[in-house]
Amino acid sequence: MKSSINVFPSKGILMGCLLCALVCGIFTSQLYAQEAPKDSLKLIQLNEVIVISAGKQLDHQKQRKPLSTLDEFLESSRSINMVKRGAYAWEPTINDMASERLAITIDGMQIFGACTDKMDPITSYVDVSNLAEAQIGSGQQGAAFGNTIGGGINLKLDKSNFKPTGWNASLESAFESNYTMRVFGGELNYSDEKFYLNTDVIYRKADNYKAGGDEEVLFSQFEKYNFSVNSGYKLAEGKSIAATLIYDEANDVGYPALTMDVSLARAVIGSVSFNQDTLFGNFSNWESKMYYNTIKHVMDDTKRPDVPIHMDMPGWSETAGFYTQANLNKEKHHFFFKLDGFYNKSYAEMTMYPTNSNEPLMFMLTWPDVRTKNVGFYAEDHIPLSNASVKLSTRLAFHSNTVADDFGLNSLKIFYPEMDRTNTRFLKSFSAQYHKMLNDFHLNGGISYGERAPSVSEGYGFYLFNSFDNHDYIGDPSLTTESSAEANISVTYKKPIFEITAAANYFHVFNYIIGVVDNSLSTMTIGAEGVKIYTNLDYAQLFNASLSGRYSISNAFKLTGQVSYHRGVDDAGENLPLISPLSYRSAIDFYKNQFSASLSVDGAGEQTNYNPTYGETKSAAYATLSASFGKRFFINDNDLFVKTGIENILDTNYSTYTDWNNIPRMGRNFYVTISYSVN
Amino acid sequence: MKTLKYIFAILILSVSFVSCSDDNDETPMETNPVEGLTMIYEIPAADHIVQIYSEKQNLEVGYNEVSIRIKDLASDKYVTNAAPTWMPMMYMETTQHSAPHSMLSNNEESTVYKGHIVFQMPSNNTEYWEVMFNYSMNGQAMEEALRVSVSQPVDGLKKTQVFMGSDDTRYILAYVNPKTPEVAINDLQAVLYRMETMMSFPVVENYKITVDPRMPGMGNHSSPNNVDMTYSSASKMYDGKLSLTMTGYWKINLKLMNAAGETLKGEDVTEANPQSSLYFELEF
Repeated sequence: MKSSINVFPSKGILMGCLLCALVCGIFTSQLYAQEAPKDSLKLIQLNEVIVISAGKQLDHQKQRKPLSTLDEFLESSRSINMVKRGAYAWEPTINDMASERLAITIDGMQIFGACTDKMDPITSYVDVSNLAEAQIGSGQQGAAFGNTIGGGINLKLDKSNFKPTGWNASLESAFESNYTMRVFGGELNYSDEKFYLNTDVIYRKADNYKAGGDEEVLFSQFEKYNFSVNSGYKLAEGKSIAATLIYDEANDVGYPALTMDVSLARAVIGSVSFNQDTLFGNFSNWESKMYYNTIKHVMDDTKRPDVPIHMDMPGWSETAGFYTQANLNKEKHHFFFKLDGFYNKSYAEMTMYPTNSNEPLMFMLTWPDVRTKNVGFYAEDHIPLSNASVKLSTRLAFHSNTVADDFGLNSLKIFYPEMDRTNTRFLKSFSAQYHKMLNDFHLNGGISYGERAPSVSEGYGFYLFNSFDNHDYIGDPSLTTESSAEANISVTYKKPIFEITAAANYFHVFNYIIGVVDNSLSTMTIGAEGVKIYTNLDYAQLFNASLSGRYSISNAFKLTGQVSYHRGVDDAGENLPLISPLSYRSAIDFYKNQFSASLSVDGAGEQTNYNPTYGETKSAAYATLSASFGKRFFINDNDLFVKTGIENILDTNYSTYTDWNNIPRMGRNFYVTISYSVN
Repeated sequence: MKTLKYIFAILILSVSFVSCSDDNDETPMETNPVEGLTMIYEIPAADHIVQIYSEKQNLEVGYNEVSIRIKDLASDKYVTNAAPTWMPMMYMETTQHSAPHSMLSNNEESTVYKGHIVFQMPSNNTEYWEVMFNYSMNGQAMEEALRVSVSQPVDGLKKTQVFMGSDDTRYILAYVNPKTPEVAINDLQAVLYRMETMMSFPVVENYKITVDPRMPGMGNHSSPNNVDMTYSSASKMYDGKLSLTMTGYWKINLKLMNAAGETLKGEDVTEANPQSSLYFELEF
């Protein structure tokens, strides 16, 4: 949001036009994850936007694989890596930091997964059909979305926003050979200057996928559907209300890397918002939203053979929240202010069925109905200077956790007899970014400081089994706030046909929270190796560097490439888990006369810096090759778009550092996507 | 069946002849001193009635907390100066013996005499328990013998251990608390008696009983922050802490150690030895 608004100051411009402009602007500037156009100094480089919107024909031509899962879209980002426990519900990481260190929102709404084992990152509760783009901020550049250490992602919903387009409808379908995934989707939209209504539905079903060499990965199937409606009504010129409702349900989701599957993951996400172009004369783009979402997640081991003990593990997460934000331009200053707050309830339980059926059921609360309250204030100021700009931002938040359930409180008191029911903290974040343009060079540098509260699992988890390191985890309610000092720098050399960027960032994370083995404790999960307690390490260090480039060989051919290096160590110099080895990707794209084609290679070096203490084994070097072809046809003013491709052409059998328990990735996969839109 | 001197009590008593006062009323609520207890026996006499209460529906093998009230029929009041004593006796075919029991005391509530008996075995048709009560009524010494029925606990869980220690002494260890275990750190309480003679079971003081709760159904999962039971001279019982991390079936492995730290009964739980020979069983 903020980068977009900064690029196109919206004073006096209709929202609809703004969005049009945005999509174009983003498409040109972001498609290859490139930096801002030369004439715009306002775009802060560390923010990346991934265009998702399936409904916009503009994007189809440039997307290598429309109708792929949101997870695949996110993975195409240069700053996001996805941790995989199966074919579904991947967990995004930024700067080698996962969910608990990121702020991930959907259209500004805070949502928290209901699974104690991270089987439902919130990105699994939306689909590409209703998203316009993913806005990504690295480190404290993501603080606009919430308290974060590693960064923030906001998934922006696709809305017509009073564009005078009238009725339009489209149908889409895709098929992927490897796991026989069938996708069917459709949307029906109406929009005029006073009113818009967007509806869409998408259904996906996939069987087990096959790794390279035709090796079937059992329990990797999934089925999901997603339905969304959003609507807006203009009350007066420059004043409108909008409402959104998303229903997302996944069933029969296999997690080959885990000991359990999921029989139900369901989210209902709703919001109402009020938008006004101006406020008190000076402010602009005033937007206020209230939202509520509820998630139910049910794990299921009934289809697994040889479970030592059958268990039910349902979890619930409910969040209500609000935000109100506005811009203020005063002389050279471009302020953005946001006040936000949320209230979350996280509750999860486990019931185990003893082998001796005469014994009573074994029951525990794995999340003891933790109520999280967070109220925050975010402000940023963007100051253009001559051939340079400065961005200052801060987030100040009050955060509290309360254990509402007595059963759960007493359970935790077994470990922490003196613990309090409520824990409050004050979270701070500050950031300064500087951007300087010297002829064809763009220099970016920044320093920042941020804090985050422990997640529900880190603070209050009760015997959460982690199949990656084969340990039970127990939270610690008295964990110290984790904080991070961060520095980043990037240099871009940019010519119209050629561009190269070198970027690096460093995080010194104080009180880094991670599970540490406590040998005095006895495991709960049968077969687990031990028990870990979430603990503050004195510090941890994370370093990321990348080199990326783009070269326009001709009007039709473009070459892109990126190589990145990552390192993470704890205070004893030991490797942190889930840190990427050297990785690279490169692609050549062709586009001419409504025909597009691409050939891309993705790969990584051997993982030399891994840590067996966290269940890691060395992942080998790999490279995969993929290709895609697309063609757009016009039939009586209507649009037919066909895209097909092959992924992992060489059918390589490989797994990466992000693959939970080294589950191999998908082998050769053919896909075809057809979209037909009636204008 | 013989005609018994006592009548079987109705199972449900649950008297509430006290009406609750308004919440905002400052006057203290009248409490029923036998609230929540079941009257299991009644011994009618000429001018008074002896009432026997238990938390359970009937007496069971193991620790039984018993409350006694004596109602003076003339004044319709419960007496506070009866100074009762009791003596449980098991009449077997060839022999007879007593059972560990406490004194009866009305310290908590002047009209209610409380104490406990640890029955080592159940009664049956030929071998029966009898409790002899001695008390004074209006200055007169009274004696009543009450034949009681003692059954095995219906849950079939082991909560009482009668064993020979390595010091060649016979001990009786019985579980007292928690009566309703919770997923929490529970206050654990047990009584320990030594069999001196067939008739004499003195309280054993200043020993230690180690506590190691396990779930055999969960790979012998254990819990942290348990506290071994030590003797409390106030309660004349052994007090400790018992952590239970989930509901279900728990085996509380125990080890009895004397004041010198020598193990008299029980073993450590290890990989090779999944359970101690001295234990309690819990289900909740």
